[in-house]
Amino acid sequence: MTAHSKLTVKQDKTRRKMSPLQKRETRWGLVFLSPWIIGFVALYVLPMLASFYFSLLNFNPAVPDQAQFIGFENWRRALFLDEEVRLSFVRTLRFSAISLPIGLLFALFLAILLNSKNVIGKNVFRTLFYMPSMIPLVATVLIWNGVLNEQTGWINVLIERLTGIQATGINGLRWLADPRLVYYAYTMFGLWGVGPAMIIFLAGLQGVPTELYEAAEIDGANWFRRLIHITFPMITPVIFYQLVLGVIGALQYFLAPFVLNRGTGFPEGMTRFYMVYFYKQSFTFFNMGYGATLAWLMFIVALILTIILFGTSKYWVYYAGEEKS
Amino acid sequence: MSEQTAIAYHSPRIVTRKVRRIVSTILVTGLALGVLFLFLLPMVYGIVTALKTDSQISKIGAPWWPASEAQYEYEGKSYDVYLVPVDGELHAWALVNKGRQVSYFVDPENPEAGLIEWEGSWRQLDRAWQPDFQWGNFTKAWNTIDFPLLLGNTLMYASITTFGAVSSAALVAYGFARFRIPKKDVLFILMLSTVILPGAVTLIPTYFVWNQLKLVGTWLPLIIPAFFSWGTNVFLLRQFFLTIPRDLDEAAMIDGAGPFRIFLQIIVPQSVPALTAVALFHFFYAWNDFFGPLIYLAGNPEKFPITVGLTAFNNLYSQSTNLIQAASLVSAVIPVVIFFFAQRAFMQGVVITGVEK
Repeated sequence: MTAHSKLTVKQDKTRRKMSPLQKRETRWGLVFLSPWIIGFVALYVLPMLASFYFSLLNFNPAVPDQAQFIGFENWRRALFLDEEVRLSFVRTLRFSAISLPIGLLFALFLAILLNSKNVIGKNVFRTLFYMPSMIPLVATVLIWNGVLNEQTGWINVLIERLTGIQATGINGLRWLADPRLVYYAYTMFGLWGVGPAMIIFLAGLQGVPTELYEAAEIDGANWFRRLIHITFPMITPVIFYQLVLGVIGALQYFLAPFVLNRGTGFPEGMTRFYMVYFYKQSFTFFNMGYGATLAWLMFIVALILTIILFGTSKYWVYYAGEEKS
Repeated sequence: MSEQTAIAYHSPRIVTRKVRRIVSTILVTGLALGVLFLFLLPMVYGIVTALKTDSQISKIGAPWWPASEAQYEYEGKSYDVYLVPVDGELHAWALVNKGRQVSYFVDPENPEAGLIEWEGSWRQLDRAWQPDFQWGNFTKAWNTIDFPLLLGNTLMYASITTFGAVSSAALVAYGFARFRIPKKDVLFILMLSTVILPGAVTLIPTYFVWNQLKLVGTWLPLIIPAFFSWGTNVFLLRQFFLTIPRDLDEAAMIDGAGPFRIFLQIIVPQSVPALTAVALFHFFYAWNDFFGPLIYLAGNPEKFPITVGLTAFNNLYSQSTNLIQAASLVSAVIPVVIFFFAQRAFMQGVVITGVEK
């Protein structure tokens, strides 16, 4: 009884100016939000603004007193004078253009495979395909570094045994030393992280209404046509989400080249990606003013790419009957 | 039992359909098995290589499994064992007396028979290998990179930040799920947008501030931010809290419970699966964290977590493939074991954050 009357009182007052009761509620709400609000201001907003200010300085943290205000000199250097900025960015894009589609298609392939009603032991497969995603990335890179070794690695030995093509040795497949192969090698490391995307796709596939498939089957659509015309459109939101995260992640790709060759860019500078260059400028040479400029540039690029992706989404992402908020 | 009779009564068409079903099951499952085999092959490589001797890895003609070249003790002396072809059959015999045209062997399975004469060049023969698992490689890797220290650091880091991440995200999610706050939608979108913000853009000033506070080289710059809640975690928990019926809150409110008590006594106990998922997310994230520790702990090897320690080890011992594989595997054991036990809650969490956004 009392509960009911209390509720109606609350609802009556929502439209008007804030009642004392609602003020109290808001205050409590803000108390609970406070960890995020403090963190948002102290760890995101202020550092971002400060980062922009830093980009206008010539600045080394070892000698903060000698910081000089140099206007947009760092920006001019990054955009027009420093070739390496453009080169490392192009490398990052080229690598992403290989690794992102392969990674997404592999995840989708596994999801479709494990969603098939003809697979026995789905859960076991799902667990085992997910498992390598739990291995720390550094360990993943080192294990693959061994298995892709041009002399003793099993990949080359296996290729040689199965096809008879000479894969080992100096004229063979030098996965990590050949500029033409190294992006594919790095893409393979990435496949071990397929787990999250795979099960998100799986959940997406299981969310496709079965009536659609039944209707299509009655109309005589074969497996492939059902895949293209039903499955694909229905899971485009998931693909979209994975794509956005993938692009942002690819811009920050750092670990493998750093672990394998300390960011020297081996072979032939191919793996000196944008983030590697940022790290070098900021934390090896301690050019923090210039580093902040590079970071801001990355942020702007990420923002533009995200906006482009969101802009294109209305042409290909299908939201079943719901307005996108 | 009825299946067979059913087949007998049905038309041949249904039988073919059944056969087709079985065939496609075999084919699709076979395909999945094949892909899985290739997918996990590097892991098998890692395990096998970790158990090999240094010399086996680069030796031509060595088997793929961990082995060493067989020796045989004969009359107090040790002899190498070779694979000797006799009448089209290979025998593993110990080479006792080397000769250009004729060599003398002894059969380890029948040493009483004495020396066996064999015509041919012993240099053309392959060595016999016997299984030899170097479990000691794991001990060696464990001691060389001081695993107890690295594991201790990583566990400390992962547990403290997991606690911070879960508790702060739960509080914030409760705020978003249950309270009317002006412009709450805008705040929520802002919070989600931090998820895709590249970390680099805030890094340098943050580093500078920690450096001014003389805290670079300690764990604090890595631990403290975890207590201010992260977007994905809040999102996951908010989605879950929204599914808890409000009647429970309201009943408690009538009993005089304040918002904190409602949070602790109603929301938290109802959300154990979601909280577990967030805890696992963060734990694995922290276990894997590389860039932060690399920057903030540079030059302090006694504080390294396992990822940075492993990288340093790889730089020092890049020639010892077996030790590197052993060390990599050891670093993976704890997350993989936890994953096997908690995969249900974990995967559900991944799906919630990944599909609904």
